[in-house]
Amino acid sequence: MAMTEQEILAGIGKIINEITGIPAAEVTPEKNFVDDLDIDSLSMVEIAVAAQDEFGVEIPDDQLKHLKTVKDVINFIQG
Amino acid sequence: MSKDQVRVVVTGLGATTPLGGDVASTWSALLAGRSGVRTITEDWADSVPVKFAAFAAVDPTEVLPRPEARRLDRAEQLALVAAREAWADAGIEKVDAERLGVVVGSGIGGITTILAAYDTFKEKGWQRLSPFTVPMLMPNGPAGWIGIEVGARAGVHATVSACATGAESIGYAIEMIRSGRADVVVAGGTEAAIHPLNIGSFAAMRAMSTRNDDPQGASRPWDRNRDGFVLGEGAGIVVLESEEHARARGAKVYAVAAGVGYSADAHHIAQPEPTGAGVMLAMRRALANSGLTGQDIKHVNAHATSTPAGDVVETVAIKEVIGGHPLVTGTKSMTGHLLGGAGGIESVFTVLALHERIAPGTINVDDLDDGIEVDLVLGTPRKLPDGQIAAINNSFGFGGHDVAVAFTSL
Repeated sequence: MAMTEQEILAGIGKIINEITGIPAAEVTPEKNFVDDLDIDSLSMVEIAVAAQDEFGVEIPDDQLKHLKTVKDVINFIQG
Repeated sequence: MSKDQVRVVVTGLGATTPLGGDVASTWSALLAGRSGVRTITEDWADSVPVKFAAFAAVDPTEVLPRPEARRLDRAEQLALVAAREAWADAGIEKVDAERLGVVVGSGIGGITTILAAYDTFKEKGWQRLSPFTVPMLMPNGPAGWIGIEVGARAGVHATVSACATGAESIGYAIEMIRSGRADVVVAGGTEAAIHPLNIGSFAAMRAMSTRNDDPQGASRPWDRNRDGFVLGEGAGIVVLESEEHARARGAKVYAVAAGVGYSADAHHIAQPEPTGAGVMLAMRRALANSGLTGQDIKHVNAHATSTPAGDVVETVAIKEVIGGHPLVTGTKSMTGHLLGGAGGIESVFTVLALHERIAPGTINVDDLDDGIEVDLVLGTPRKLPDGQIAAINNSFGFGGHDVAVAFTSL
């Protein structure tokens, strides 16, 4: 069964909180990883690997660099 | 002391050790003669012949925020905890970043990261390696993180000389300020190497105590029945500053970092040279570099690891170069041997000894070995004299490194 956007957002919020310490509530769809959340490229790799475990969707490196916002990741996971 | 030489002072202290999570708790435990050694309860204890170690009294992951701790090797975690304490203690509100440096080393570096990462690699593949694996395993990692933390742009360095690392770092920092490269330098050593591979490897050298029935009595420098060192972990950091810079901001000053002496044994990769010639040369050079004489030295924090080979010859060297008068102490009897962290915490102890005029004791010496002709502080601490006095911290390392750092009271 496909996950809802809310469920994916909650999962991403949990992952980002675990890796960066940013409160999950601050992780909202419009946020840009670099400009708004101050997440560096090494942490993005960690987040992508954790997302793979959480959602079972692999995010290849050439795709990862195009995922600028939380909404981009949600869309990618929803396919 | 030559008049044209910049004087370097100690304005901040930080430590996290088997005796306590900060300087105050470590120092009071040290003066109380407490041992920081405990039995290894981890399941891997069965795989090694040594069943005890001196673990950090406060786990750094309990102090650091989780997201920060997970991207740091344990040696980096311990170094950051100690550096933050030292930096806060120094209370420097404003410093030119290009005049601020860091010199912090480790004997082994991120060894537990390497081993855990290799397990991950074999079991799950390269994609599952943390992107922080390299910065966690590199031995200059602790210095790098501290440099970012305080904003040091004069230079960030990591000396590596096994168990002399911490002292060598502090010596390098003194020289960095004297040569005019920096006004303030955060310096010291860190280590986190309590892992079965390291214990097995040191045990393979027959370097470690196997007194498994009495862990807290195992580190016994100068005792006739000593049988090796006790592995410890932790970090000791000092903030060094040119006297001019410290005075201008009205800083609290603990002591003067008077000078350093380096030498090398050129003898054996792991065994101390039996006449103590290298150790003597390091102490002679420390005296000359500091403008001190043996008579000025009232206290020595000895390297004294509790190994059969090194402890007595160090006292012979002290007697020869300094004399029989200084109060000589072996604090590894309580902290265990922090390897690259040892010179860091023992410099902190040497500075505090001068500042508080008290030489910590040496525990576990039940039957003093032969051939020792210096005034050892056995059991309880002893008072140091008033007036202008000096002290030396000795640190030696595998590879034949000999380092002596001299400090003077105000």
